[in-house]
Amino acid sequence: MRAALLLACLAPLAALAAEPGYVRVPAGQFATVLAYEDAPGPRRIDAFEMMARPVSNADFQAFVRSHPQWRRDRVSPLLAGHGYLEHWATRDKPASGAQAGQPVTHVSWFAASAYCSAQGARLPRWIEWEYAAAADERRRDARRDPAWRERILAWYAEPATRPLPASGAGAPNAYGLRDLHGVVWEWTDDHASLLVSADNRDQGDPDKARFCGAGALSVADREQYAVLMRVALLSSLEAADSTSLLGFRCVKDVR
Amino acid sequence: MNALHRLFCLLALAPAMAVAAAGTPPDSIFRVDPPMTDARMQHFALEDRRGHPQIVSMFYTSCAFTCPMLIDAIKGVRAELDPGERARLSITLVTLDPARDTPAKLARTAHERDLDPPAWTLAAPAARDVRLLAGLLGIRYRALADGDFNHTTALILLDAEGRIVARTERVGGRPDPAFVAAVRRALQ
Repeated sequence: MRAALLLACLAPLAALAAEPGYVRVPAGQFATVLAYEDAPGPRRIDAFEMMARPVSNADFQAFVRSHPQWRRDRVSPLLAGHGYLEHWATRDKPASGAQAGQPVTHVSWFAASAYCSAQGARLPRWIEWEYAAAADERRRDARRDPAWRERILAWYAEPATRPLPASGAGAPNAYGLRDLHGVVWEWTDDHASLLVSADNRDQGDPDKARFCGAGALSVADREQYAVLMRVALLSSLEAADSTSLLGFRCVKDVR
Repeated sequence: MNALHRLFCLLALAPAMAVAAAGTPPDSIFRVDPPMTDARMQHFALEDRRGHPQIVSMFYTSCAFTCPMLIDAIKGVRAELDPGERARLSITLVTLDPARDTPAKLARTAHERDLDPPAWTLAAPAARDVRLLAGLLGIRYRALADGDFNHTTALILLDAEGRIVARTERVGGRPDPAFVAAVRRALQ
């Protein structure tokens, strides 16, 4: 009943814009570059399905039209702070056809979560995002390759003023996922759990009074700067924040 | 899609979205307000405390170190108030661990720590709404491998209309005087 209801509700969305397709990411063992005291070493990642490309402005437009409580003129400031969808021409329309195809940015974590929830999906956990993004075009884990690391880092050196490419324009990685690197930052469901100070020097002295329990976090692999920059950015954000380079994609659990 | 169908879909797809009363300020938590279950197995929402200020925090009952301090800190703030003020201030403790913090478990903690209604409410949101609530309250947490949680320990003051008006992360020693002053102001 509920599934049928969801389908009936989602059908009108499909008419407005084709939702990005999902790609299966198989289960595997994976060592995050973050060092968790409570869970050292590689861990098993369950299989999941991930959107093949970031959610575009057109995709998000369809969502906003069917869920007007997420329009910039209606949304609670608690759920989307200053700057939410400010790049659009109107409250429910991107500024141009070109912008419609670009990854949506200026979206808060609450808005991204609500979008995924409406698709019967969710935001990826950090570990899932990192696992999927460790792949290059041929290998599922390219992180040991200095050339690949350099390629990713090069993006961070580019000025942020250049227009975004269309979502999905990048080459697919070994799973068939596009644009995990080189286009936008992406929200994760647990961005607020990364608990990494933006300044890595603080990590030797976690503030025990502010946080309950152990589980201090540090960095296991200092060579993975590009990934660490993402962690620093994500952990510095509040859930209502949005930025001009922060978008998202959704994942679904595999049953 | 007709208007009725649209409304129906809105409700079906957004279970966490409360339908706030008219006149609720745009920045009120009551506009979002995920449904919870309290220690008496009753439905509970933050909006149930509308009309009175409340201190809200997130915790979990099996927490051995900081959460008892958190409760002591809230008791410390209450002790600074006169009886009339104390009677008008509600306390809402929301668990980060709804899987293990059943109503019975919440009730046991309430009993052991003398967290009696009507002043105190211990409540559990649906698992899918924990991050939403934590995001609204600016509380960061991570579930650890051993079942503990690493989380921000903070007292958040909501005014009678559900707006966040003060916050403190001071939980050891004397109550934060700025926070106590904010509580007094909200109670006036």
